[in-house]
Amino acid sequence: MSAIVFAGARRVYDLPSRRVVALESFDLSIAEKEFVVIVGPSGCGKTTCLRLAAGFDFPSSGEVNVGGQKVTGPGPDRAVVFQHFALFPWKTVHDNIALGLRNAGVPAAERERRIESALKLMNLESAARAFPHQLSGGMQQRVAIARATVLDPAVLLMDEPFGALDAQTRVVMQEELVRLARVNPRTVLFITHSVEEAIYLADRVVVMTRAPGRIKEIIAVKALREQEGWDTLPKIEDVMDQPSFVQLRTHVWRSLRDEQVPSE
Amino acid sequence: MPERASPSIGLAAALGLAGLAVFFAVWAGAGVLGLVSATFLPGPLTVLGELLHLLTHPYAGATLPQHLAASLQRYGGGVVLAVIVGLPLGLAMGWFRPLDAVVSPIFDGLRFVPPIAWVPFAALWFGTGAGGPVLIIFTGAFPPVLIGTYRGARMIEPALIEAARMLGTSNRRMLTEILLPGAVPSIVAGLRVAAGLGWQSLIGAELIVVSSGIGYMMVQGEAAVATSTVMAGIIAVGLVGTAIDLLLRAAERAVRRRYGLVGGGR
Repeated sequence: MSAIVFAGARRVYDLPSRRVVALESFDLSIAEKEFVVIVGPSGCGKTTCLRLAAGFDFPSSGEVNVGGQKVTGPGPDRAVVFQHFALFPWKTVHDNIALGLRNAGVPAAERERRIESALKLMNLESAARAFPHQLSGGMQQRVAIARATVLDPAVLLMDEPFGALDAQTRVVMQEELVRLARVNPRTVLFITHSVEEAIYLADRVVVMTRAPGRIKEIIAVKALREQEGWDTLPKIEDVMDQPSFVQLRTHVWRSLRDEQVPSE
Repeated sequence: MPERASPSIGLAAALGLAGLAVFFAVWAGAGVLGLVSATFLPGPLTVLGELLHLLTHPYAGATLPQHLAASLQRYGGGVVLAVIVGLPLGLAMGWFRPLDAVVSPIFDGLRFVPPIAWVPFAALWFGTGAGGPVLIIFTGAFPPVLIGTYRGARMIEPALIEAARMLGTSNRRMLTEILLPGAVPSIVAGLRVAAGLGWQSLIGAELIVVSSGIGYMMVQGEAAVATSTVMAGIIAVGLVGTAIDLLLRAAERAVRRRYGLVGGGR
């Protein structure tokens, strides 16, 4: 069964001056434990896709289903990692991670055990009592990922989660996410405008057209990745040096370049 | 945000002192040069002497500290009541749109009525009891508390609200754990305004409805044409008001630091 299904999803925004079609006849099925990355030019509606799956926004027509249920609002079965972290500044790292578990009524002892293991997994043990503003951007995003994954959600929705990080931190986070995803695969919908990031992380890459956003091309990466043994390489630059990776990257680049708005 | 050109802290303090010095010089000069009679405008030294005298010698039944204590008690009652009502209502209005739609028009109409306009009703409903001045302080302090809380709740970053909803946060917990702490900087700013308006309203109330307190002392002074007593009262009101504001500013700075917001209250 597919974990996330977009069926003819369309989203139109009626602004006072004009009508904006953000998403047009969007059909996509994401399988259980599949890692799908949507890549596209700015304003192509890729974030709209994620917001529809999260239940922050609803399609003007068509349907979005997660786990066989129509999405009617946000919920802890679809944990979101936001681009700007969206950590609660008045809560410590520990309390940020604890909120979802408390909402779910998880007993205190089990809660602490799960928080501890989430902290450990994200290398955050020493930061448990810190407040978000005392941490670097990379650390803050680790907390946001821990806050989402500690709930063991059916689906993880990541909206350009590394977009606000510096280049070095970003690479480290990408490697860690791959490690997490391969060790404990879960259904992920990941949004980015970085081609390398998309190919490095994804089982499948969805390339979108510029507005109104439609699917231009879907590229299967998983089979190639396994065949070429990318996952056996410890560092992202080693993967990015592989001829198979370079070829794919060029392909996606060309596909995206056609979608750039011609500059005046 | 563009900053105004601001002098260094030392220079600002020096300028402030210079301003005060000029103020007192003009005040003293007016009497010394015979421009106004001492009864009409008592000189600063006379007033200072009276202020010190009032610290230990009762006037209108109590010493100045006793009058101030009586005033501060009422003041505390009114401000606390404003917080007890305004804070939960402001949060709830910030979260539940229908409540906002119902309450806002009533509130917007009433908040432009100056607190002193409630004096006749305060006297009618409570006589000379404690309720009258508390009601008037409440009408002064309540609007800024409500507005500060409401704005704070409405202006929380939308992503934080979305994050809380995605984590399955209930309405009750949304109010207490997300909106309330998120609104704290705005609440404290509203409290500062409320504290000032409440203090002003209190003096107005005491001029009319009570038989103790700093305002009452000033009315008695006025009746006896003891202008230096009235002036000493004015200075005491100003000093206590300044002290309250300084305390709240310190609280505001502490809150902003605790929340990792850069800088602090001005």
